[in-house]
Amino acid sequence: VTREELIIERQANIRARQAFLSGRARPLEFRLQQLHALMKMIKERESDIATALKQDLNRYDTPLLELTGLENDIKMAINKLAVWAAPRPVERSVLTLRDQVYVQPQPLGVVLIIGAWNYPWALTLGPLIGAIAAGNAAVVKPSELSECSSLLLRALLPRYLDKDLYPVVPGGVSETQELLRQRWEHIFYTGSSSVGRLVMEAAAAHLTPVTLELGGKSPCYVHPDCNIRVAARRITWGKFVNCGQTCIAPDYVLCDPSVQNQLIECIRLTLLEFYGADPKSSPDYGRIINQRHFNRIMSLMEGYTPVIGGQSDASQRYIAPTVLRDVPPQSRLMQEEIFGPVLPLVAVSDIDDAIRFINEREKPLALYVFCTDQKGIDKMLEETSSGGILINDVLMHYTLNSLPFGGVGQSGMGRYHGKHSFDQLSHHRSCLVRSLTMESVHLSRHVAPHFHLGRQRHRRRPGAHGHPSGHSAHCSRTQLHLLVLEGNLQLLLVTWDRPGLVLV
Amino acid sequence: METHSAVLQKLRNTFRSGVTVPEKFRRSQLTQLLTLIQENEEKILGALHKDLSKPKFEAILSELEIVLNELHFALSNLRNWMQDEHVSKILATKVDECFVRREPLGVVLIIGPWNYPMHLLLLPLVGAIAAGNCVVIKPSEVTSAMEAVIAELIPKYLSPDCFTVVCGGAEETKALLKNKFDHIFYTGSQSVARSILQAAAPLLTPVTLELGGKCPCFIHERVDIIAAAHRLAWTKYFNLGQSCVAPDYVLCTKETRDLLVPALKQVLLEFYGEKPQECPDLARIVSPKHWTRIMGLLGKSKGKVVLGGESDEDSKYIAPTVLVDVPEDDSLMQEEIFGPLLPLLTVSSVDEAIDFMNNREKPLALYVFSDDSSVVNTVLKKTSSGGFCSNDGIIHMALPGLPFGGVGASGFGNYHGRWGFETFSHKRAVLLRGWALERLNGLRYPPYTDNKLSWLRWTTSPKSCSIL
Repeated sequence: VTREELIIERQANIRARQAFLSGRARPLEFRLQQLHALMKMIKERESDIATALKQDLNRYDTPLLELTGLENDIKMAINKLAVWAAPRPVERSVLTLRDQVYVQPQPLGVVLIIGAWNYPWALTLGPLIGAIAAGNAAVVKPSELSECSSLLLRALLPRYLDKDLYPVVPGGVSETQELLRQRWEHIFYTGSSSVGRLVMEAAAAHLTPVTLELGGKSPCYVHPDCNIRVAARRITWGKFVNCGQTCIAPDYVLCDPSVQNQLIECIRLTLLEFYGADPKSSPDYGRIINQRHFNRIMSLMEGYTPVIGGQSDASQRYIAPTVLRDVPPQSRLMQEEIFGPVLPLVAVSDIDDAIRFINEREKPLALYVFCTDQKGIDKMLEETSSGGILINDVLMHYTLNSLPFGGVGQSGMGRYHGKHSFDQLSHHRSCLVRSLTMESVHLSRHVAPHFHLGRQRHRRRPGAHGHPSGHSAHCSRTQLHLLVLEGNLQLLLVTWDRPGLVLV
Repeated sequence: METHSAVLQKLRNTFRSGVTVPEKFRRSQLTQLLTLIQENEEKILGALHKDLSKPKFEAILSELEIVLNELHFALSNLRNWMQDEHVSKILATKVDECFVRREPLGVVLIIGPWNYPMHLLLLPLVGAIAAGNCVVIKPSEVTSAMEAVIAELIPKYLSPDCFTVVCGGAEETKALLKNKFDHIFYTGSQSVARSILQAAAPLLTPVTLELGGKCPCFIHERVDIIAAAHRLAWTKYFNLGQSCVAPDYVLCTKETRDLLVPALKQVLLEFYGEKPQECPDLARIVSPKHWTRIMGLLGKSKGKVVLGGESDEDSKYIAPTVLVDVPEDDSLMQEEIFGPLLPLLTVSSVDEAIDFMNNREKPLALYVFSDDSSVVNTVLKKTSSGGFCSNDGIIHMALPGLPFGGVGASGFGNYHGRWGFETFSHKRAVLLRGWALERLNGLRYPPYTDNKLSWLRWTTSPKSCSIL
């Protein structure tokens, strides 16, 4: 046994593949059983998970919100699996009227799931639900930054799920690199754009398709005509939940200078309502994941005088809910995703200015617009692009699993949640099941020399679609051509919404 | 001569202006593409003949008709495809509008191959235009006559601010790929696909890869051998075997093989006559390089030629050829043949055939000939491939309702019909809320309590709306 053979990551890939090839992940009963087991794990171990999250991120109740999304996805998968996995018939043409024509979703094989640290359960198990439902094996690599959650997942998953089909492989950068050297049928990555690039590059060697759930700066535009009080509450919630460490948190606010003051006051009031006068002592306010990110966010704030907050405590990795006004668009703060409890307000003159600002930057994962006027809403919808867009609220589209969740451009590629997870991790195989009858009909396409069009002696008259036709007639969406071939009168039927050629 | 980046900037500016988005514009460009084909049939057929000696019959079916059908299909269905898709809601969003909106991606790149230089370039183009994008079109330089025709006609019929043709070989393509696109659609080989992915990764450009591989064809003993031979020969020798979905090799029992060979002999006579080299219904190999490659495979092969085998270097001709006694590790089994050589390999059972296929990379297409539906179903269930067709070949590609694409080494992503539209679109999740129900929203705000939490779980669960 060589050193290479001993490598954990390689072993996990090989074992998962062998388990997949055994065929046991394929039957629907098995998939359902695994999904039920996953549900059981989440329900039975809720308090352990909550403890882990408290230690990783100082989260109290939001851990359970993290699990609610998973529960909904599992329930939906269990209810709908039979429908999702069944053949999906498609429309047939004249030539295939007697055949079976359908799309059959199939498992891909072995999927690599790389989770993130900010919602270590939702973002690691979410893709796993899709992988299981679609009949795949999956190697799960939780983020090492959310240490307690990672350790707990490693302990729990093998106790509830098939441990060869769904192994958990821990580790940091070098372990992830080793995993990326193996061959996968799909890689599902959640995290930063910079690592996303590396994942895609590694996948290129094996021609592996990838789903990348990345981030970026999600803008939030506040129009003067909106209900500022309610907008402030919603934005405050979305921004400071999990201490700003949410890929779809409103990263910064764009608003008219006339609105800035009112917005700031409403946010101040809301923060008081949510976390009290001293957020540090509120059990509902989170912490930054580690020292490196703490330092990163602190340095982004340098040079600014906050209008709200600004306090910090490095020993606890605590940063107070902070709001900064009149932030220059070219500042460092506006260059990278903040991923922390710092909310810059950038002044724009009107909705067109806001649209221009947004479009000058990379397409974000989420775009938020607070506006009452329908025309303004439509303008925003039509003139911008983003993974998802919410009008008059934040984050909520994540909770609706009938909506696809994913980015575009630098914010990612692919999508999941609900049925989208199943479809993303399946191969949609086209199937045409024919019989060997009707061969006389098909003789038309075989080139028998004496029927060859190239040798026709009649002169071709230009007809629609360049058919050599002597006569053509319209008949709703079908066109009939009378063809004279070598003295034999043939009827050529061409339909275009149902393409096919029939020689009768 | 504009540089790539200048060209791209122009397209990007056009896209930003929003002109490609309205249905009317997309419809007008699709209609223009229709006219392009209708008004230039002779020119196109002439170019195809020059490049590949493509018989007119084949060219009309596989290069013109198929594109025209796709265009009509897109024109008929465009409005439908563009509709917002409303989705089911949970209680928390009951009074909101929730839908998925398909949006154009922006500026996309389509790289076409040489074997069906019109079809495999224009079919993705239909999807890209229907989805409202601007497109950089890169035809294959190998089929130079067709390349010139594309470069001449596209600017004449399509809006030059939105659609550009870029010509050139490997170097130009490499340079082109240094630019950012919103999607790259590539049809071709695995080795080039890898370098495209490597170029796309640092720019996080999504890619669709339509590749190839060796498409196996299993012929079961319970079958009308003459009918099967007709269909097999047609799909194999169409375009002289240069189709990504051509049956690359056959698996059958010895007994079946002994019936198949004379059946094929009869069929080949029927199709191409006594002197196939003189028959105008056979295409030619695209280039001396490929001719040499295929002849090299034949030369190294340990199999026995039972039909055909003739060739002529000057005209790049290779006869429709059938070989038997081909071992598993033969030269013909190392790479995709992409030529008119058909090896017949023997297996002793359906299961052996399935194992054989499963020990290899997932192909773009997989074929089974049998009258026994249980055999067809068994192969269907136990294998994977881009597409599957029983008792025929290639034709599954002509159905716009079916997605066309590979899996594993044969590629990822798909197109045709609505699938093409979706490939070139971004599915944007849209949630429009109002100001009401802030009290309901209040359940989610701190200070957190267990009571609030249980209400919240109820309102966000999928079952909650059925109660109201």
